[in-house]
Amino acid sequence: MSIPVTTSKTIAIECLRYNPESDTEPRYQTYDVPYTDDMSVLQGLQYIKDHLDGSLTFRWSCRMAICGSCGTMLNGVPALSCESFLRNYWPDGVRVEPLVNFPIVRDLVIDQTDFLHKLDTVKPWLIPREPRVLADGARPQTPAQMDEYYQYSQCINCLLCYAACPQYGLTPGFTGPAALALLHRYNADSRDGGTAERMEVINAEEGVWSCTLVGYCSVVCPKGVDPARAINQNKINSTKDYFAHLLMPRGREVP
Amino acid sequence: MTQRTYVRPTAGWWRRNGHYRAYMLREASSVFVTAYALVLLVGLARLAQGRAPFEAWRAALATPWALAFHVVALGFFVCHAWTWFAVMPKTLPFIRMRGRRVPDEALVAAGACAAVAASLLLFLAVWWTRP
Repeated sequence: MSIPVTTSKTIAIECLRYNPESDTEPRYQTYDVPYTDDMSVLQGLQYIKDHLDGSLTFRWSCRMAICGSCGTMLNGVPALSCESFLRNYWPDGVRVEPLVNFPIVRDLVIDQTDFLHKLDTVKPWLIPREPRVLADGARPQTPAQMDEYYQYSQCINCLLCYAACPQYGLTPGFTGPAALALLHRYNADSRDGGTAERMEVINAEEGVWSCTLVGYCSVVCPKGVDPARAINQNKINSTKDYFAHLLMPRGREVP
Repeated sequence: MTQRTYVRPTAGWWRRNGHYRAYMLREASSVFVTAYALVLLVGLARLAQGRAPFEAWRAALATPWALAFHVVALGFFVCHAWTWFAVMPKTLPFIRMRGRRVPDEALVAAGACAAVAASLLLFLAVWWTRP
């Protein structure tokens, strides 16, 4: 990738560096990168890799805030580096770190294995109420029915919300914002009948009850998803489920 | 996959940004709400014991330290009430009126107005029935 150097201006990008083969703990390294006011932080990192230091390791793919690969801490705030502009950090420079609350694999790359496992536990797919065949045709929804889940379906698994969640940092077992928002995305879908199957994840100590409504997850989300709302709505559903079982131990109906 | 990863410490996490500090203030305000509830409970117990203990409790509340506590507690009460209503919409299912979703700001404003109205009513009731 080449950036035309039409400017003599530079900006300092301070990167966290960690090499698991030689470092016992992370260190910081600052690079002076040619600066134009239309450059994203990701472009700055790419300039470093291509022209200054090929050993700098970071994830990226789409460059347009849809793949969810380039989540980083920019001056301590979780953000996608592709949609954050260097001009917002001019002239002081920016410190780039891997997302907090996750183990660092190398430099700016984190290990998301824990999240991928949790994502699997919420069964993030439509579970039909009854068996259906293609000939049954489409399943229309009203705008109000779609409105119930649409924003939750915008999640791109970028993990900014996990980096924003102190409870996830303190209680790594917590299912966490994105996985629980996706759980609610399917529960709230009028075509889905899998609520009872997902109730165990919601009800668990590590489910919605590990959330203390810090609310920062919903603030940092780049796609307008509101994980804090998904989780806290389900505290009500979990309570209803608890009393429903207390009154009717065989009952499995949850609204 | 076995690899040596680095896990960063979480100590002092709440100092990282203003949002976390506001959250800690919201949670800490509940301590003062509890303390004030205990003061009221003691008053109730004193009332049950008779007129003299109740008057002694009232006299204790009129001391400068007790008044200072009330001023501080009032501040934390306002903070607690406001932050409580500010997060309330997150705990509710979507509410629709005439086919439209009620915006969060309207829910927060309605809750805060209800709290102010209830406080005013209580204050006026006490004021009108004072001996």
